[in-house]
Amino acid sequence: MHTQLDVNGRAYALDHDPRTTLLDALRDHIGLYGTKKGCDHGQCGACTVLVNGRRINSCLTLAAMHDGDEITTVEGLGEPGALAPLQQAFVDCDGYQCGYCTPGQIMSATGMLEEAKAGDPSHVSASLSGDVALDDSEIAERMSGNLCRCSAYPFIRQAIHSVEGKE
Amino acid sequence: MSVATPLPHDSAPLHVTGRARYVDDIPAPAGTLHLAFGLSPIARGRIKAMDLAAVRAAPGVVRVLTREDLPNACDTSPSAHDEPLLAEGEVFYAGQAVFLVIATSHLAARKAARLGKVEYEEMEPLLSYDETLAAGAEFEAEPRVWQKGDAGAAIAAAPRRLTGRIEIGGQEHFYLEGQAALAIPDDGGAMHVVTSTQHPTEIQHKVADALGLPMAMVRSECRRMGGGFGGKESQGNALAVACAVAAKLTGRACKMRYDRDDDMVITGKRHDFRIDYDVGYDDGGRIAGIDFTQVTRGGWSMDLTLPVADRAMLHADNAYHLPACRITSHRLRTNMCSATAYRGFGGPQGVLGIERMMDEIAHVLGIDPVEVRRVNYYADCAGGGGGGGPSAPRSAAPSPPERYLEQDRSPGSGHAMSGALAGAGKRFGAEHSPVARPVEPQTTPYGMEVKDFLLNGMTAKLLADCDYAGRRAAIRAWNERSPILKRGIGFSPVKFGISFTLTHLNQAGALVHVYQDGSIHLNHGGTEMGQGLFQKVAQVAAARFGVDVAQVRITATDTAKVPNTSATAASSGTDLNGMAAMAACDAIRERMAECLAGLHQAKPEAVVFEGGEVRVGEAAMSFAQAATLCYENRVSLSATGFYRTPDLAWDRIRGQGRPFFYFAHGCAVTEVAIDTLTGENRILRADILHDVGASLNPAIDRGQIEGGYVQGAGWLTTEELVWDDKGRLRTHAPSTYKIPACSDRPPVFNVELWDGENPEATIYRSKAVGEPPFMLGISAFLALSDACAACGPHYPALDAPATAERVLAAVKRARG
Ligand code: FES
Ligand code: FES
Repeated sequence: MHTQLDVNGRAYALDHDPRTTLLDALRDHIGLYGTKKGCDHGQCGACTVLVNGRRINSCLTLAAMHDGDEITTVEGLGEPGALAPLQQAFVDCDGYQCGYCTPGQIMSATGMLEEAKAGDPSHVSASLSGDVALDDSEIAERMSGNLCRCSAYPFIRQAIHSVEGKE
Repeated sequence: MSVATPLPHDSAPLHVTGRARYVDDIPAPAGTLHLAFGLSPIARGRIKAMDLAAVRAAPGVVRVLTREDLPNACDTSPSAHDEPLLAEGEVFYAGQAVFLVIATSHLAARKAARLGKVEYEEMEPLLSYDETLAAGAEFEAEPRVWQKGDAGAAIAAAPRRLTGRIEIGGQEHFYLEGQAALAIPDDGGAMHVVTSTQHPTEIQHKVADALGLPMAMVRSECRRMGGGFGGKESQGNALAVACAVAAKLTGRACKMRYDRDDDMVITGKRHDFRIDYDVGYDDGGRIAGIDFTQVTRGGWSMDLTLPVADRAMLHADNAYHLPACRITSHRLRTNMCSATAYRGFGGPQGVLGIERMMDEIAHVLGIDPVEVRRVNYYADCAGGGGGGGPSAPRSAAPSPPERYLEQDRSPGSGHAMSGALAGAGKRFGAEHSPVARPVEPQTTPYGMEVKDFLLNGMTAKLLADCDYAGRRAAIRAWNERSPILKRGIGFSPVKFGISFTLTHLNQAGALVHVYQDGSIHLNHGGTEMGQGLFQKVAQVAAARFGVDVAQVRITATDTAKVPNTSATAASSGTDLNGMAAMAACDAIRERMAECLAGLHQAKPEAVVFEGGEVRVGEAAMSFAQAATLCYENRVSLSATGFYRTPDLAWDRIRGQGRPFFYFAHGCAVTEVAIDTLTGENRILRADILHDVGASLNPAIDRGQIEGGYVQGAGWLTTEELVWDDKGRLRTHAPSTYKIPACSDRPPVFNVELWDGENPEATIYRSKAVGEPPFMLGISAFLALSDACAACGPHYPALDAPATAERVLAAVKRARG
């Protein structure tokens, strides 16, 4: 079947099996290998991308469901030499060890910062409405869907803290 | 200054932009085929019939192989040649590969693999410790027994005696990048394999054996792994061998990657253990003698079970000077996946055995658990710890002590050393230096003299810094007022032996080229899995040439460049490869110095490599100019370097000798809270003081310490592996196997580096850091035990992992 995807500002016309996940479409059809496959089950977050600005586990959604959608992957955020602030923060804070979870962490944090800005509450928020103060426990909770087996968590949280409120 | 600076990981900009390539991200050659194994669903049985017609007929399938189609067993074992690639008439665990599908896509191969119809004659699997022991299914004819003194007599003569048992669970590596390999046929029957592996040489060796090729015809390569933790020491062999065999048969590139569930079912995990202790001690908690019995389940094949179980014995004393000790170790052959290397390599299990015992002694005597530990510590050694102290500001570095320079005997290095070393120069923190007790001969249960112990001083500092005594009292008061929630606090030290216990593995090689433009190409036998090895070794190379680390090009580990490498394991990556790289760099530098000195009528010793420049007397030139000049004067600018760890001698049968070059130390205090109605629990705070010698890179070391602690705490709390009574692993995905998430990391987390230098001549006097901090997670387990003990008068005898269920059971035991 045919699906039209807008990935990082470029249009791609895909001809694919209806069961192809968005993750496989990105990696195997389009050749963008920055989005990683950690579990293929929606449980690790390594495959996180933005769909129309919202974060999503790309292994848990079919490419066919995103005809016409705008997808942003880690490659679309910035590149070496012109890093996005969050990418730079991960470099500055050493927010990784093996780096395999990193693209997912960065995409997830990008989406998460927007959610917080929009006032979306989380499980640990004191109230369901009003401004969200992104303290450490808020960040930890909102990022708990992105596993890092190297447990670079302290530095990941530091990196997110350092850009929060700066933009 | 490149050494002792907190530089980011080598591929930082690539990681954050998704451009760092792992095996599955490498664009494969056109026409690459994909593989999947058909797996045994049962734990033990004989194959009666195999009908693979449906597999062969499935869309995209190119070939299907069984044992009969292979040129030989295509053994994938790292040790005993007992792991045929595909089952040979019998299966020994649920998840064993029975046939191999070669197809045009990964999905096609996986789908087809499900269509195989294999009939088995099922047999009763050996699973539990007791039934396996009773069946006598052990990897060695006899249990290993090591002794120091007469433990039985010492225990009998002691005023007090206690016996106990702890069960310790295994652990799934859950490297975020699953196992993956790619084989590309080369000219003349040669094979090029790219694998996510900690051990490229073993991959080369196993592939060569399977294909009947000399090793020189096989090239094995690995740029980076998305995590390894020991799980890619031997467990990648099967994929690489399968790819190579399939590539040879089809003439096309072949690739294989395990999906997460397959990965968890097929590959080995940390060994689980059951440890019994029988100890004699006095009213002050001082130990007279211990008798340990360690039993571990090694799974269906030997893999690395013997050295893992050895290391558990080697760490049975942890940080304590035992006058008499006897350790018995049974290594069981069970019908489960083959347990393998995992960060700490058996050490953590051995350490947990004695830590639990200390905890119980303290409970019985009603004295602070830290005190029981302190009275049994080895003595700190005068001069042994390099006079360490807490971290001082790096800028306050004085010029390096003289003996530092004397230490470096490489020719022509005298002056050049000073530049590199100022950053690594040591601060002798006199005010915090531990008070050394008079040195008495103190040996481990395996007869190695302990000459560099640090934990008395470190413990005093940590306890003071985190206000251990004040908090313990506050927790006790809090618990009295809190009937449902209980808090606990735990302390644990670690002394971890550094070196491979198979002595000949303690060697490494490096290859360095300096190009005529002054850029430097660095290659060595170590592999990068996130531990920061590549950056650390690059820092060493940059320091030797006095250039910025950006001038050093780090390249993939490649058996065609550096041969006969050891696995990147045993925390020894930097120790070994850093030294080898230094030797290579120094060989080139010496030649350059000689050439430049000749041109300027100076002595080679007078040539200084520093700050991106090379100076000969008054003359100064950039390193690039110096390289060009040397090239034009026909100087060889390429060298290999080699290192072997000195002074090791070890007899594993007698359990005597010096298996380790040195010890790395650390200690931690953790505070937790439990809910006594549900068993739920949480880590509230962790304080760590860890010894990394003179750190080569404090940022990377800190990351290793924090990551090690969290992974260690995960092992002992939420990470539970469950096999059913048929031997099937029921926890084979992150939905059922819980590793720590961002929200599980302690909200208060203080990590400090103990600032000392390694008394042994390691690379810039640093110490290994990969494994030792893993054991600091034990403090979290002990804190949970403490919280359970607050519920009643009895010892809670908590087993690991301390899941909510086990915590609840322990609370019940405490109440009696
Ligand atoms: S790969 Fe999508 S969540 Fe793990
Ligand atoms: S950096 Fe390795 S998994 Fe996060």
